[in-house]
Amino acid sequence: MDKLLNDFSPGLFVVQTILLLLLIFIMVKFAWKPILNSLNEREEGIQGALDAAEKAKREMENLQADNQKLLQEARLEREAMLKEAREMKAQMITDAETQAQTQANKMIEQAQLAINNEKKTAMAELKNHVANLSIEIAEKVVRQELSNKGKQLELVESMLAETTLN
Amino acid sequence: MKIFQQSFKFLAIVSVLFFSTASFANSSTEGGGQIDTKKEVEDYILHHIQDSHDFSLFSYTSDAGERKHVGFPLPIIIWTSNGLTTFMSSKFHHNDDGHVIVEKNGLKFAKIHSKIYELDATASEVSFDKDHHAENAHKVLDFSITKSVVGVLLIGLLMFFWFSRLARQYKKKAIPTGFSRVLEPLVLYVRDEIARPNIGEKHYRKFTGYLLTVFFFIWILNLLGLTPFGFNVTGQLAVTACLAIFTLIIYTTSGNKDYWMHILWMQDAPWWIRPILAVIELAGTFIIKPFSLLVRLFANISAGHIVVMSLIAIMFTLKESLGVVGATTLSLVLSFFITLIEVLVAFLQAYIFTMLSALFIGMAVAEHDHDHAHDEQGQEIPDAEDVRGDFI
Repeated sequence: MDKLLNDFSPGLFVVQTILLLLLIFIMVKFAWKPILNSLNEREEGIQGALDAAEKAKREMENLQADNQKLLQEARLEREAMLKEAREMKAQMITDAETQAQTQANKMIEQAQLAINNEKKTAMAELKNHVANLSIEIAEKVVRQELSNKGKQLELVESMLAETTLN
Repeated sequence: MKIFQQSFKFLAIVSVLFFSTASFANSSTEGGGQIDTKKEVEDYILHHIQDSHDFSLFSYTSDAGERKHVGFPLPIIIWTSNGLTTFMSSKFHHNDDGHVIVEKNGLKFAKIHSKIYELDATASEVSFDKDHHAENAHKVLDFSITKSVVGVLLIGLLMFFWFSRLARQYKKKAIPTGFSRVLEPLVLYVRDEIARPNIGEKHYRKFTGYLLTVFFFIWILNLLGLTPFGFNVTGQLAVTACLAIFTLIIYTTSGNKDYWMHILWMQDAPWWIRPILAVIELAGTFIIKPFSLLVRLFANISAGHIVVMSLIAIMFTLKESLGVVGATTLSLVLSFFITLIEVLVAFLQAYIFTMLSALFIGMAVAEHDHDHAHDEQGQEIPDAEDVRGDFI
């Protein structure tokens, strides 16, 4: 202990104190302060960049999801449109078919009607004609037969019978 | 390449400095000087452990039998009874036992065991009593630029050169290049592993400058002590005492109310025990803590120097029993491994000193009663800061 105390140099202690104080002040001013500030700045910068990257990544994901959704929607829409078109086509075909059918039916009906009318007219004409003919025949016959009473009656009767049969 | 050129330039300057001053090499005519016996080895080691007034690189005996010392002298600055006196250490001609008397300012000085003595006015040479204490001389206050001061200055300049370059590099680029890239993780290590966890997130910034300075100062000086230049700066009690007192002043001046309450009037203890605890706490704060700091560093570094030198000295002391080859081999192997351990110790002691300084500062600034987060029952949720507060 005595030797240790003897070794202790108060002068060195004073010099060391002054030098250490100087060193601390110089180092803090010219080295540690700028270094620590720069390190902090850099760390904050890195943190900021990481956060920004994370944000960008999330935005990208959102965007991608949106795109996916849009694509899905477009696909659905396309399918719906195609389906609609197909349906429309079928509809049009059936519509045309039914329309044609009704048209044809109508035409047939009209034709039949016309035929019937023609037929009726023809018949009527024929009847008139026949009637006229008959009357003419009858007239002639009557003129001929009127001379013979019995024959007359017979004739009338037979003629009547004929006409009803017709 | 630029770095190589720069370091080459630096080396060139240093070597020019060395060899130009080496021409101041002195020759002393005192006999011996060679270290052979066990006693001489012991004296040599003890001499090395002490601070020295000149920077000697090596010495040899010339053909003429003269002892030549190669190195350079350092200025001696002393406060004497006649005021400040300065002269070069070469005036003592490497004499360390008080036989060479230097006259300056009308006073006579002698150097005994690396201490400068002022002789009494009537004395013409130092006389010793039976314990080998000087009888007619007294020690003077010695502000000399000793070898330790040279070491401190050298390391101070080196630190300034290195770290101000690192600081300047940040202005131009985010990531430093060259040697600064090695320094950056060390700075980060001190900040993140020593300052931050021990002082706490809130206050660490204010003390990091001191801790960084002390860490690199001690570490580089410890490493410098392992070089053959023979510096033993961190093994000087005055240096470690100065460092410890700096830490003491910092944690004493930055202590908050909680800290002083904890020391002077312990809340958790019964009232009659509190004064006793206060005495113990005061002793711990002002005596034990700084003493533990200064003695640990001093003892570890001095012990390391003594062990390495003793193992090197095996070469001489065991020469007779093991033969030259055996003693040399044993000495080389042992001192090699111990030097490896000393490299580790150099870092470890710097780390421990800085860590404990940070811990003591952390205890002084710890906040035990701050706002806490509350859980749903309204109870306080302890956070990391509390756990740390309880721990230290």
